[in-house]
Amino acid sequence: MDSDRRNFVRHSLVVLGAALTGGPAHAAEKAAGKTCCGGACAAVAATGAAAARAPGSEPDAAREGTPGRKWVMVIDLAKCDGCGACTQACSKMHFVPPDRQWMKVLRMQESEHTAPYFFPQPCYHCDNPPCTKVCPVDATFKRQDGVVLIDNDRCIGCRFCMAACPYGARSFNWGHPQDPPEAKAQHYSAEQGFPRRVGTVEKCDFCPDMAAQGKLPACTAQCPMGALYYGDQNEDAVTNSQGETQRLSKLLLDRAGYRHLEELGTEPRVYYLPPKNRAFPAPPAKEHAR
Amino acid sequence: MSKRNDERVAETVEADLIAALGPPTRAQKASFLVLGALCAWGAVAYGYQSRHGLAATAMNNYFSWGVYIVNFVFFIGISHAGTLVSAILRVTGAEWRRPITRMAEGITVFALLIGGPMVIVDMGRPDRLHYVVLHGRIQSPILWDVLSVTTYMTGSLLYLYLPMIPDMALLRDTAAPLAPWRRRLYGRLAIGWTGTPDQWRRLERAISVMALVIIPVAVSVHTVVSWIFGMTLRAGWHSTIFGPYFVVGAIFSGIAALLTAMALFVKFFPYLDRYITLDHFKKLASLLLAVNLIYIYFTVSEYLTMGYTSETADRKLLWALFHGEFAAMFWVMAVTGLLLPALLLALPWTRTFWGIVTASVLINIGMWLKRFVIVVPTLSRPFMPVVSLPGQPAHYVPTWVEWSITLGAFSGFCFLYLLFSKLFPIVSIWEVQHADERHAPAATRAAETFEGPAAGREALA
Repeated sequence: MDSDRRNFVRHSLVVLGAALTGGPAHAAEKAAGKTCCGGACAAVAATGAAAARAPGSEPDAAREGTPGRKWVMVIDLAKCDGCGACTQACSKMHFVPPDRQWMKVLRMQESEHTAPYFFPQPCYHCDNPPCTKVCPVDATFKRQDGVVLIDNDRCIGCRFCMAACPYGARSFNWGHPQDPPEAKAQHYSAEQGFPRRVGTVEKCDFCPDMAAQGKLPACTAQCPMGALYYGDQNEDAVTNSQGETQRLSKLLLDRAGYRHLEELGTEPRVYYLPPKNRAFPAPPAKEHAR
Repeated sequence: MSKRNDERVAETVEADLIAALGPPTRAQKASFLVLGALCAWGAVAYGYQSRHGLAATAMNNYFSWGVYIVNFVFFIGISHAGTLVSAILRVTGAEWRRPITRMAEGITVFALLIGGPMVIVDMGRPDRLHYVVLHGRIQSPILWDVLSVTTYMTGSLLYLYLPMIPDMALLRDTAAPLAPWRRRLYGRLAIGWTGTPDQWRRLERAISVMALVIIPVAVSVHTVVSWIFGMTLRAGWHSTIFGPYFVVGAIFSGIAALLTAMALFVKFFPYLDRYITLDHFKKLASLLLAVNLIYIYFTVSEYLTMGYTSETADRKLLWALFHGEFAAMFWVMAVTGLLLPALLLALPWTRTFWGIVTASVLINIGMWLKRFVIVVPTLSRPFMPVVSLPGQPAHYVPTWVEWSITLGAFSGFCFLYLLFSKLFPIVSIWEVQHADERHAPAATRAAETFEGPAAGREALA
């Protein structure tokens, strides 16, 4: 809530600044602390802009997020063949144990006669996150760049956020974590989520540390189909593993982008493009349980 | 009745109720031993869980809450016994309440003492408990719970203690033989009570104020407990009916717990059957029946509104409850925990001592099952398809650790309650003495007993 209000104030100031100095693009660049201009900066930002600061350097920095950014993901269901490369890449990068997945690939079919499809599902980093609302100790929080993170030095393990998340995006360290030595050796940061702590919650972190270095998250970078796009909503640009950078608003308009379970009002930061004109045949139909 | 007679009655009351404090009977000794052992076993299980983390439980990323939360809701539920019977009956001036108020208030305090810590048992990081104070966010329903449960705990302790003061002074000054440590304890707790008119005036005012204050606090407690579930986007939990539904459920199981406790006291404590009569059971049974029917009404209302429109998520949950893996538990709860007790309490020929006690025990079991049926099935039917991963089974069967801690919690509650009843008069001496003639203890009247006037007290034994 607090950060929402802060964002609102900040946003208002940016708009005011824009009015005074001429043009929203200019204001947005200022907010981002950069000097490129126009449409060109979209591609630059999504593929190779320098980090504004070292990622995960301080706990407070991990709580603030990158100024001027609004990280966003688009998932093209027409291109997903359910190979699971995104899950593997994510699990490898974050040392995710086999009993959980930060990035899932679900097989969906809403009803008996509707089309089955593969459905990659990260954490949605909702703009109205039900998880952060219920946290009793501010261990999980929403940052100004849209990312929802968990501070495992703060989490008390009540698991209210797991009950509150309607998407099942969160996992718990039920026992003592079995992180490999290279994970254990690292300095903990909420932006990377390891080394893990017993009795705390974890989930997809949207790789803001990668994004701040101008790199794509592991899931997006490793998708052989280029089905996952990642980028900055403020720049209206998203990029996939094939190096294709798309204008976000146009992509969503042209391809009838939508958000999963919109009726819940959680305002996800992850958009889906319906599986129309698929690059692959549909997965086999599900046996339909009641 | 002459003044002489009154004094004799007062002396008898005092002697009877002090006798209950005497050396424990064999049954009582055995109870202490068994309960203490079970409690210690629960502690061993918790030690095991502390070493291995919550991996020692059957909870997983889908079933992220289990029997610990069920126990928490159950104990907070029976804690409502004290408030309702004692406070509401006090406020409405129901004279028959006098011999049962203290045992009701005791249930409240000890149920909170056990129920509150169940949440800590459920925590992944109990070592960070103080973060709730250091970093507490008032937006979280957990903070609402912490605030209202601690307020309720403080209020109930005060509300239990205040009416005990005159009894403490009486025990301090009694001629009956009491161990010196007891006398010292009672003397300290009597905080200088001498029974001056001014002291009586202050005490009665304090009790009346507490009786009024504790009612809304108790209502708030179970309302915010329900909001832990109600404030989430989950089928079966996200329901506007949950606040009142939980409050009624709490009062329901609270009265049943009180009746169960009364039966045990009558059976296992000497002379208490002179004060707690069949009349008390019958009056409370009427109250229990009324709340039972209200609870059935809420239950029908809840499931019918969900089932009639049959939204996808609701339909899946109801299927799991009515036909699926939770059906056995659900129907046992509905039939033997709700309908059968209502029948037992309503029909004249089952409204007997044993009929009422059977109904109360069935209700207590049913309400534990009901809380399980609220907490677990919803978690089994998330909005997203369930992915089966190693170590994440799609079902929840509590482990020995969870059962042991649960057993330990119930034993701990009984142990503390029994200890309390051996340390302090479980029937308020002065309140029974002060009852006006019409409501004098049954011992002074033609004995009205559980099996009718003819059977006499022997029938109880």
